[in-house]
Amino acid sequence: MSGHVHRDDFGSRLGMWLFLVTEMVLFGGLFIGYSYMRFKYPAEFHHGGSELNATLGVINTLVLLTSSLTVVLAIVAIQRAQKKLAMAFLSSTLVLGVTFLVIKSFEWAAKFHHGLYPNSAHLATLPPGEQVFFGLYFTMTGLHGLHVIAGLSVLGVMLWWVATDRIRQDRYIHLENGGLYWHLVDVIWIFLLPLFYLAA
Amino acid sequence: MSTHASTAQPSYLVDTGERKGLMAWLTTTDHKRIGLLYLYSMVTFFFVGVGIGFVMRLVQLTTFQKLITAQTYNALFTVHGVIMIFLFVVPGLPAIFGNFFLPILIGAKDVSFPRLNLASWYFFIVGAILAVLSLFTGGGAPDTGWTFYAPFSLKTGTNVSLAVFAAFVLGFSSMLTGINFITTIHRLRAPGMKWFRMPLMCWALYSTAWIQLLATPIVAITLVLVILERFFGIGIFDPAKGGDPLLYQHLFWIYSHPAVYIMILPAMGAITEIIPTFAKRPVFGYKAIAFSSMSIAAVGSLVWAHHMFTSGMSNVAQMVFSLLTMVVAVPSAIKVFNWVSTLYKGSIDFQPPLLFALTFIFLFCIGGLTGVMQGALAVNVHIHDTYFIVGHFHYVMFGGTGMALFAALLYWFPKMWGKMYSKKMIYAAWFPMFIGFNMLYFGMMILGVMGMPRRYYVHLPQFHTMHVVATVGSWFLVLGLLMFFGTLLYAIFKGKKAEDNPWGGVTLEWTIPSPPPLENFEEIPTVTHGPYHFEQKEAK
Repeated sequence: MSGHVHRDDFGSRLGMWLFLVTEMVLFGGLFIGYSYMRFKYPAEFHHGGSELNATLGVINTLVLLTSSLTVVLAIVAIQRAQKKLAMAFLSSTLVLGVTFLVIKSFEWAAKFHHGLYPNSAHLATLPPGEQVFFGLYFTMTGLHGLHVIAGLSVLGVMLWWVATDRIRQDRYIHLENGGLYWHLVDVIWIFLLPLFYLAA
Repeated sequence: MSTHASTAQPSYLVDTGERKGLMAWLTTTDHKRIGLLYLYSMVTFFFVGVGIGFVMRLVQLTTFQKLITAQTYNALFTVHGVIMIFLFVVPGLPAIFGNFFLPILIGAKDVSFPRLNLASWYFFIVGAILAVLSLFTGGGAPDTGWTFYAPFSLKTGTNVSLAVFAAFVLGFSSMLTGINFITTIHRLRAPGMKWFRMPLMCWALYSTAWIQLLATPIVAITLVLVILERFFGIGIFDPAKGGDPLLYQHLFWIYSHPAVYIMILPAMGAITEIIPTFAKRPVFGYKAIAFSSMSIAAVGSLVWAHHMFTSGMSNVAQMVFSLLTMVVAVPSAIKVFNWVSTLYKGSIDFQPPLLFALTFIFLFCIGGLTGVMQGALAVNVHIHDTYFIVGHFHYVMFGGTGMALFAALLYWFPKMWGKMYSKKMIYAAWFPMFIGFNMLYFGMMILGVMGMPRRYYVHLPQFHTMHVVATVGSWFLVLGLLMFFGTLLYAIFKGKKAEDNPWGGVTLEWTIPSPPPLENFEEIPTVTHGPYHFEQKEAK
């Protein structure tokens, strides 16, 4: 039905930024909840944080930061018409993203193993503040994990589009937008790291 | 005024693509057709909501209580609220008239992201279907009220999870529409269409879009937390696990109060288009109206806790929120004064859209001023959770947004379908609507001051007379609504052909044929002056 072909890269980028704003506000609601609860239970949050594995948290941060870098490099490669290189960089982002999820699942599994999950019998014996801490931990890292999966799916499509030349030197706005989304996933994690892992 | 000679482009109502009929509509990316898709679906939901409201009023005539149990009554007011708020009033004007007219008003061929626009409609429909499904599946229709307050929403056995997820999906639709409109206004204004040459409807839609963007995600995450709580017991709203149900109320109203302005701002925008056209004068105080839209959006985001004066809050917080609440009345009043000043000394051409616009101003003033009353702390404690609140917000939501939507529908009807309705029938429909409306909702406010609590299945004998008055009012109101929509429906099929510019409007939509051609403009117009350019007529 749309009879006209209309291309507006600036508009697409603006739309993407606006979407990122909504994502930030989405997490913003959780950050409000976090600040309120932490203000209410400072000692319990301190103790809850000490139960988390800060080393794995930091490693995961490095993994995500590197994956963001490789997205940027993929865009630079496309701008220089180096298709194979761009695909290599995008693939490494995908690998790093999956690595993040794998490490994360080990962490979650360990918490489950120790009975530290919502509604568990063990958690119910802990002070209320720590129960809320783990409620927030699973909610926020879980929601972030979903965003990682969404971002990986988007970048997977981008990889396919680069391979099939739908993304090329003169038309790479989709890759840029996909990259922006991936950076958002990264930025949110950078907030989650100190709030949970370094809270101790 | 009608200067178009060539009809080279077919009307948007004619199928020109490969697909025909229903499939052409369901796969369209044309903003005008999407606007109509929203209109048809929303009016359907509106009548479902009206039907439920009608039954609720019958329950208050106690003779009907044999048919409806108390539990069903709880479900009825919940579903009435969910349908009216999430499926009609919040998305109403932006989705219908924003989609249809925003691109035309700024001289564009479509919105920035036409496919995303269609996707938003599908999100809306999926959300609506889920909401309807929640009534018949699981533990039965939700009985929490549309606000889904914790802790009851966490504990009730009814199907809250699905209803809440439906609201989440509807929020997504609303957000994507907001993104689309902001980008469209920034990127697709015609040459010469400077910011302060935009029709004020565009300013209203622009402010609305920002609220949609900044507030909706908060309710989205809050509703997700309710679902997580119900399935996994994460404990954030559960005091037994260290959580806090008040946090739910705060998060909920951080969205849902600004949502009130999502509902009213585009309504004000539509009224601002209608008044100058029928007063044949440029709008009084263009910039004041534009900035008041933006300041309502800004200040309106900081008043949410006035819904919670009796929930438990520090005195300082109460006073701050009370003050801010009264501050919002200032930009709203600026608009009312500007509308009235626009009419003053205008050469008024009295037509059905103006009648409904004036009705809007009258009813909105009652709704707005009773809102200020409730912002006062001492009064609030007395009338909190009474019928006064119910009466008040129906004055704002129905008397305000609803009447403005009807006014906008009457105003743009000839443009949208190229047909004209029977004006006499519309005037005839107005009388029962107006009388019934005031009997119903003013009656409710009186009941509230007398002490009738909201959401009660039964009432004490001293409230009975007013309940009868309100219920009889609801019959008049429904009669008026049926006449109104019946007239319009008849006109779509059998109406006389409308002129391109039946009201003598001067904004861009009146320069193109009725109904508009597929791409709106033969040639993108170049704009050289402000939107309400009646100067030649004034000079006479």
